[in-house]
Amino acid sequence: MELLIFYPLAGLCVLFALGVVVSNSPINSAISLIGMMLGLAGIFVLQQAHFIAILQIIIYAGAIMVLFMFVIMLLNLKGKGEDEKWQSRDKNILLNVLGGLLATGVLYKIIDIINAGDFNSPAMPPESFGTVREVGTILFTEFVLPFEVASILLLVAMIGAVVLAKSKVD
Amino acid sequence: MDFEMVPLTHYLFLSATLFVIGVTGVLVKRNAIVVFMSIEIMLNAVNISLIAFDRYMNLHDGQVFSFMVMCVAAAEVSVGLAIIISLFRNKPTTNLDEFNIMKS
Repeated sequence: MELLIFYPLAGLCVLFALGVVVSNSPINSAISLIGMMLGLAGIFVLQQAHFIAILQIIIYAGAIMVLFMFVIMLLNLKGKGEDEKWQSRDKNILLNVLGGLLATGVLYKIIDIINAGDFNSPAMPPESFGTVREVGTILFTEFVLPFEVASILLLVAMIGAVVLAKSKVD
Repeated sequence: MDFEMVPLTHYLFLSATLFVIGVTGVLVKRNAIVVFMSIEIMLNAVNISLIAFDRYMNLHDGQVFSFMVMCVAAAEVSVGLAIIISLFRNKPTTNLDEFNIMKS
């Protein structure tokens, strides 16, 4: 029954991820990425990680993708010579084919390794698995130091972004 | 509610596929913004396998770690896009091949 939900969601995620890589215009890539994020939120719900699914939608599809869209619109690369501006390097086809071959080889190897592992069917997790209460309890007891360090990381990133993007007029 | 659960390997396959797609994007695309998006795909792929193992082992540590991954992704995107904007001021393009000023 779960598989019936899993396969369409997983297929959708993979298709949208391919769309990010394949499409030529960055706006299309960004919209595909939003689709992939929403599909992944569905997968997280299927894994009963409700808190992470909500965070996925709020942080990724909400904040990060808005930032991406904002920068794409701000840079406004659609002006003159759109074709040459968005074009990849000259030997594009060769590079694409080589990259695709490499990726397929790596994927084949990883799937080989996963298949070699012996994973029996997991036990049914308890009802409270993945709720905000459970995740929050462990976040504020066992992982309270990494949590505070993450807040410092975000502060540093904020200051760094302001300093980097500040105009050089002053 | 006797749902038959999805095997762990399926989640790992999905995670590996998405990760490889992200790697391909980083290797093949030359637009800095799309390269950033591919990095986001890779981070998300890692989140899937973290949470899959979490559910398999019936722990919550993996969810905390995927929370941290999201923090790092947000920090990385904000700083990275600021770098792209300041690069764009020097040279109006986002093609990574154009930026070779560090090459001696």
